[in-house]
Order: sequence, then structure tokens, then C-alpha cells
Amino acid sequence: MKFLKKDQTEEIKLNMTAMIDIVFQLLVFFIMTFKVTAMEADFNIRMPAASDAPPEEIFEVPPTVIYVNLRAGQEREIAGIDVDDGVNQKSFNDKDMYLRLTDFVESTITTDGDPSDAEEVEVEFTIAEVLKYRYTVQAIEAVSGKVEGDTIKTLVEKIKFRNTLNN
Amino acid sequence: MRFNRRKKSEILEGDLTPMIDMTFQLIAFFMIIMNFSKVDRAEEIMLPTSKLAKPPQTVPDYQIILNLNPDGTVKAGGNLNEIDLMRSLLNREVSAAKREGVDVANIAVVIRSHEETPTGQVQKLIAKCQESDLENFVLRVKEDR
Repeated sequence: MKFLKKDQTEEIKLNMTAMIDIVFQLLVFFIMTFKVTAMEADFNIRMPAASDAPPEEIFEVPPTVIYVNLRAGQEREIAGIDVDDGVNQKSFNDKDMYLRLTDFVESTITTDGDPSDAEEVEVEFTIAEVLKYRYTVQAIEAVSGKVEGDTIKTLVEKIKFRNTLNN
Repeated sequence: MRFNRRKKSEILEGDLTPMIDMTFQLIAFFMIIMNFSKVDRAEEIMLPTSKLAKPPQTVPDYQIILNLNPDGTVKAGGNLNEIDLMRSLLNREVSAAKREGVDVANIAVVIRSHEETPTGQVQKLIAKCQESDLENFVLRVKEDR
């Protein structure tokens, strides 16, 4: 009987060429199809259709509604903002109108110093039809909250659009 | 004159292991970050930016993604429609959601509108959705951090 000597063991070599070819093709495919996409975020709006039926939600104290009217200029840009919280009515026409809108909403919420009132405040928008959508989003952002340093202070979460199209 | 004999040529074999390791890691990286959900995302839509909008925390039970172009046409499910002709598509989606046991009030309508679109078109689209009893709307924007 013949035994192999230990010294005679051969090193087994795999041919890696084919695998490397495929791997590089995969790599090229993923690099070519790679596209950086910006992160997306949401504003949530719950807006049931108006009906004649009585509302399901019955409030002990009706929520404070801030009416915000967005006016459009010749170039479909924002021309001015009118606000009305039932007590105060104001119009903002300067370049800081969004900041003023935020301040108005904040002052309405904290009138009696109770921050929990923020949950009971609604904002109803009436928007010029031709106004570019990005100005509407800026207005929604202005009433939603404000940036304070590294934190975001939430102001209003209940936002509605007044549907002027069917009226 | 004396010539050196050519030495017996040897095959030089570099160690390919680190390169293959790196290549596999790169492939894994690209596979993980690759976005396969481009069907519902119309890349031509330029979303408005916002610093305060919140990234979606949970995936809704059922969502309808509507891409609204500046000319008022809506791209949904690969089809381009006028807003006035959206009724049948929305009703189909509502029926599909109901078959999956999702309440109509919990269907999220994701509106991805171009920043130049007249807001009236957005309101018109919302009104059209309301005709199909949809009430939960999500205005999608681009995060500006």
C-alpha cells in the first residue's frame, strides 16, 4: 500500500477570473444606476368633505380657529397675508410676512399662557387659486411651528383648506 | 561576448483577497441604498422645500401617491390623467383598500405637487379625492436641513 508523503500535498488554486469579472460588472451596474435622492417629509392634513350631517366630534369648548388668507400678486407670488383669530385682524405685506404670521399664531396660542391650548387651535387657509404651491407650503410651515436653536417648537397641527372651488 | 540566458519567467500572483472584499462591500452598499420604489415617484416633480415637515414615522395601511404637475395633470400608478378624470382611478383604489380591510378614513393620499403648480389645482385634486370619501391627506415636501 502506498501512502502520500506530507510534502507532496499540492496547493489547490481556484480560478477567480470569472467571479471577479461578474463582480466588477455588478459594481459598474450599481454605480451607473445610483442616484442621490433628497429625503422627503410630510405635512399631514385631515380634511373630510363638508356634509350636512352633524360633526362626530363634539367639543366642550369649540377650538379657536385662525383664518389665514393668502393673496397672490401678478407673478403668482405671495402678495400678502390676512389673519383673523376672531379677536384680532391683521394684514402682513412686507418681506417678513411669514415670520409675522408665525408670531401671530404663537401669540394666539399663548394668550392665556397655557401651552396645552395649542392642541385646540386650528388654522383654516383661504388661498388664491393662482398662487404658486411653494408659497402655500411656506405658509403651512409658518403656522406649523418655528425653529428655536436646535429644537422645533410645534404651534398648530390642525390645518384645513377652505374649499373655494365649489362655492 | 557573453550573453545572459533569459531567466525562466515566473508568474507573479498578487493577493486579490482585499480587493475582492472591498468590491463585495461596495456591491452590498449600493444594493442596500438602491431605491426600487421609483414607480410612484415622478422624478420631474420639483417638490417645495421645508425645514419643519416631519419625515414619515410610520407607513400608512394604504396610500395613494398622486404626482401633480404644474399643468394640472396627475401622474398616478404610471398613468397621466386630468384631475377631472381621476374619479374612476380613486374609486378603484378605495375599493382595493376596502378589500384589504383598510378603512377609507385611514387611506393616506400623498400629494407630491410641483412647487410651481397653482394651489388651486392642489385644492381641486383634494376636492376630487373628497368625492371618493378620502380625507387623510399628506402634502409631501423636500426636507431642507
